[in-house]
Amino acid sequence: MNFGITIAASLAIPLTGALAIAISGRINDNLRETVTLVTAGALALVVWSLVPDLMAGARPELQLFEVVPGIQLGFRIEPLGMLFAALASGLWIVNSIYSIGYMRGNKESKQTRFYVFFALSLAATIGIAFAANLFTLFLFYEALTLCTYPLVSHKGDEKTVRSARVYLGILLLTSIGLLLPAIIWTYFVAGTGEFTPGGILQGQLEGPALGLLLGLFVFGIGKAAVMPVHRWLPAAMVAPTPVSALLHAVAVVKAGVFTVTKVIVYIFGVDYLFAEPSSSWLLYAAAFTVVAASLVALRQQNLKRLLAYSTVAQLSYVVMATAVLKPLAEIGASLHMVAHAFGKITLFFAAGAIYTAAKKTEIGQLAGIGRRMPWTMTAFTIGALSMIGVPPTGGFVSKWYILAGAFQADNYLAIATIIASTILNAAYFLPIIFAAWFSRETADNNLEHGEAPLPMVIALTVTAALTIGLFISNGPVIALEAQMLGVGK
Amino acid sequence: MTGLYPHLPALQVVVPMLTAPLVMLLRQRRLSWAVASAASLCAFAIAVTLTLDVLADREITYLMGSWPAPWGIELGVDAFSALMLLIVTGASSLALLAGAQSLDRDIEAERQPLFFAAWLLVLAGLAGILVTADAFNIFVFMEISSLASYVLVAGGPDRRALPAVFQYLIMGTIGATFYLIGVGLIYLMTGTLNLADMELRIHDVADQRPILVAAGFITVGLALKAAIFPLHIWLPNAYTYAPNVVTVFLAACATKVSIYILLRFDFFVFQPNLQGHDFQFVYFLMPLSLLAILIASGVAMFEPNLKRLLAWSSVAQIGYITLGASLVSVTGITAGLLHIFNHALAKGALFLAVACLGMSVARMRIDSIGGIAQKMPWTMAAFVLAGLSLIGVPGTAGFISKWYLITATFRLGSLGIALVAVIVVSSLMAVVYIWRVVEAAYFHAPDPDSTAVEAPLPLLLATWGAVVLNFYFGLMPAIPIHLATSAAQLLHGHMR
Repeated sequence: MNFGITIAASLAIPLTGALAIAISGRINDNLRETVTLVTAGALALVVWSLVPDLMAGARPELQLFEVVPGIQLGFRIEPLGMLFAALASGLWIVNSIYSIGYMRGNKESKQTRFYVFFALSLAATIGIAFAANLFTLFLFYEALTLCTYPLVSHKGDEKTVRSARVYLGILLLTSIGLLLPAIIWTYFVAGTGEFTPGGILQGQLEGPALGLLLGLFVFGIGKAAVMPVHRWLPAAMVAPTPVSALLHAVAVVKAGVFTVTKVIVYIFGVDYLFAEPSSSWLLYAAAFTVVAASLVALRQQNLKRLLAYSTVAQLSYVVMATAVLKPLAEIGASLHMVAHAFGKITLFFAAGAIYTAAKKTEIGQLAGIGRRMPWTMTAFTIGALSMIGVPPTGGFVSKWYILAGAFQADNYLAIATIIASTILNAAYFLPIIFAAWFSRETADNNLEHGEAPLPMVIALTVTAALTIGLFISNGPVIALEAQMLGVGK
Repeated sequence: MTGLYPHLPALQVVVPMLTAPLVMLLRQRRLSWAVASAASLCAFAIAVTLTLDVLADREITYLMGSWPAPWGIELGVDAFSALMLLIVTGASSLALLAGAQSLDRDIEAERQPLFFAAWLLVLAGLAGILVTADAFNIFVFMEISSLASYVLVAGGPDRRALPAVFQYLIMGTIGATFYLIGVGLIYLMTGTLNLADMELRIHDVADQRPILVAAGFITVGLALKAAIFPLHIWLPNAYTYAPNVVTVFLAACATKVSIYILLRFDFFVFQPNLQGHDFQFVYFLMPLSLLAILIASGVAMFEPNLKRLLAWSSVAQIGYITLGASLVSVTGITAGLLHIFNHALAKGALFLAVACLGMSVARMRIDSIGGIAQKMPWTMAAFVLAGLSLIGVPGTAGFISKWYLITATFRLGSLGIALVAVIVVSSLMAVVYIWRVVEAAYFHAPDPDSTAVEAPLPLLLATWGAVVLNFYFGLMPAIPIHLATSAAQLLHGHMR
């Protein structure tokens, strides 16, 4: 089997899909949606076909060409990237089904442009996941920012454009301002930017400079939304909900934490960084973000904004878990990427379903909605429980591993943060769930509505099922990610 | 063709120069356009052939009339001039091929043959500067190209072009005169005009003071012509009021040829001979480059006129080029020279997109292109992509030169960090000024009685051709990197 072709195909499929969507969009809407679904299915099939080989220890590679002497455009799949690509491509299918219901239900304009840029964003995401070195990763990282901009600014009115400006501004500002210098610095001191098990900086850079470089990376990767570079995420909520669901709960933000984790594991090296005291600030920054973002979420009235701040907190969970720098915590970090993806996409799907069926966006309006939209609210409840970390959901498992890792390192700050955040998560999710199921509908609420359109209900049921499924069966994920560190040692 | 082959360095100048009067005699505008384009393409083909020779490490020198070097006029093409020849002839050809319809809007039919003659003279002059190895020859060609380019800039229907061109003329003449004074002083002391010969003979001059004065005159004179901050004030007006197609041509190459002479003189003639010249060079050029980058980008952020915005951006980008050169390291000079090439690609594509817009929009104000992307989707998509290259997004040509520039500055230690900060900040300023245009074109309410339609196909094709080149040379930049690196080694090799 030729891996190079598979990798090339997984990039080419969404790109040609985008072209086919653009062409078919001029002919017929149904045809365009079919093309989207076929593209998503084909991509998932190709990406998932690589999983067994990865489990068997293969590291598929595709080196394209040398751009500048010493800087290669190339791809190499390792467990973390495999997980990320499999996650994004799999959820794209579900999300496409949901998009069809949402875009038609809300009679959105410029639907073809929407699907085209969605496909392009997925291509960029796959590029990030499979990148073999920092240069390639940066290329697709910027491409992802630019491809999602038309999605965020989809509505095109003044408020949306202003928010989209914040989105683009912060993501470009951090990536050009901090990440690019960090990457060039890395190439400069290490002579390479290849992701190498065990890291490449050992013996090349030490002392406070290492902590500084880590800072440039962590804040330069604005997509990971570690405070204070998190502002773009709430701003991005002006996008149509399917965009918030797949991109701003899965692809874009996971690209951020994925990059942070990848840089720490394959550029710095977990053990090397653990031995360097100047890197310990990362733990504090992440812990602060977890708590602060949860506190902000507590005060939100708009459902999507609440979910956005919850995402900020959960992302820093992953960053914090990575920063504990112990094997179990690294596994917990990657597991949490999956658990949060399933849970948060479910929550966004539910928020979009509520908006489509009842045109409600504020938390105060949700009293008693559970009886009108039982499927949606059941899914919402499952997603919220996963955020809190209650069994039987995926969020419980990942929290378990992160906690185990924190105990391994005797890291009481991480433990305290996890406990505090669990309480805060419960404090902002449980009232919503309670009100939705047990409160009476108020008189000024719009009463004439039922469930959301069928495609949306199917999509959110699937993701809710996945959230529970991850609790029952998470062996493959753990087996795959254990390799990441097994090789690293 | 083999018979002509050894004469290519001379033909590079002779072809456009002799075609110019021929074009003038053709009274029909399309015919004169076709002949001018053919001559320009021919010059481009010659430049490509010469570049291939340079890439194959063949030395190209040519003796005019077979007179030996210090006495006769010598022509020579090395990596540096090959790189520049590609840019100049390429930009001219692309602009001419694309611009027939655009020029019809700006210039009356009966004056077009004269206009094309002037265009070919500019091309001949610029090419002449690049192939000759003789300091006085450079002056002559500089005057040919400058005088003809005043005609091009003033050729449009906009009356405001006249004061702009007058300013351009005065400043340009001062610059050229300064250059001539400098060359005269050196001739006085050494008795030679051949650059290579000068390098050797200055070494033996007992009294270095006149040489120092000459260096001052030449540097300042050329800085004027190259629009190096703060001697740039002629540039924004000249670019703004010139016909759109002329702006494409001039923005891509005119000032850069002056930078070419400046670097050649400084590195070949002065650096090896003048005590402490490298110091003076760095302290003169680096602060001015930094100011250019920051101030001009800042002005561009608030400029309401689209063409002037891009012109200010050019002043800033010239700052990048001179910053690279002022690092006086091989990587730094490589970065500067690469940026000459990459900026020509990006700015050429942007001004071509502006020429597309100019087919439908009379006044190039950002307010007046609100919502134009609905009417001209291909033009604006090209503008966005070329803008990304100007910003320096990875995958585009602009990124490659920025990568080299930052790598070069990292070598400087703590000063380098400050320089990296300036480069980064100005890149972000570029995001701001490009995005102002993008937001206006995509999100502002369109003018209800706008009759804008997509630009004519040749113009659009050329614009997209330039955009594709931006991405091609962003992913496969081997050729410009090779040329720039050998040129930088050549320049740097002459240092003491």
